[in-house]
Amino acid sequence: MVSQVTSLSRNGVSDWVIQRVSALVLATYTLWVFGFVVLNPGMDFATWSGFFNNTGMQVFTMLAVLSTAAHAWIGMWTIGSDYLREHTLGPRATTLRFIYQIGCVLIIAAYLIWGINILWGNN
Amino acid sequence: MKQNSRPINVGIGDLASFKWPITALSSITHRVAGVVLFIGVAFMLYALDLSLSSEQGFLSLKEMMVSPLGKFITWGLLSALAYHFVAGIKHLLMDMGLAETLESAQFAAKTTIFFSAALIALAAIWVI
Repeated sequence: MVSQVTSLSRNGVSDWVIQRVSALVLATYTLWVFGFVVLNPGMDFATWSGFFNNTGMQVFTMLAVLSTAAHAWIGMWTIGSDYLREHTLGPRATTLRFIYQIGCVLIIAAYLIWGINILWGNN
Repeated sequence: MKQNSRPINVGIGDLASFKWPITALSSITHRVAGVVLFIGVAFMLYALDLSLSSEQGFLSLKEMMVSPLGKFITWGLLSALAYHFVAGIKHLLMDMGLAETLESAQFAAKTTIFFSAALIALAAIWVI
């Protein structure tokens, strides 16, 4: 088996499982938040911030942020490995794919830090 | 024997000459929606940050979301989310061994497109 040094867990089967588990977390979170928004038309700040201002929802949101990071990396990695290849980009493909991957990592890292800051930052 | 002139590799330039069966269309749309959401997370985090920052921030986000551009972004992200969600459920069902024949896979792809189109229409009504 070839170990893919840039895949999330260096292992395809493990990435496959992570992709599905994170998908379930995100699907549940989406339904939960969207359900709350739909059931509260004309939402005000107190209701909205109250919804997020408890440990349970902070943990759930953090899980969703972490799931987003893992899910996005596996997805963007797969897309990059499928399309940014020598037969589409020529001999510079490896360099370009590496730059693309670094770009994705930086964006995901920024999302992670931003998400943590929203949840637990003192602003 | 006739020389086989079919290309060994296909590139971006060959996209137009592809046949796009419904299963392929539903698959690539799942990917496109995923990329849209990847960029969309920035908008979602911005919205969450602003909405939770203060009462004033909450109200200014509400104001942004009723502007034409705000409505379009909201609807666009909800649409990408709806499609990616429904296609993701299809993926999980297929992981369990469902819809693996040609006909059932085509049915699953059509069902995905039908349900997500309905959700996207609902999202449009909700946003407006």
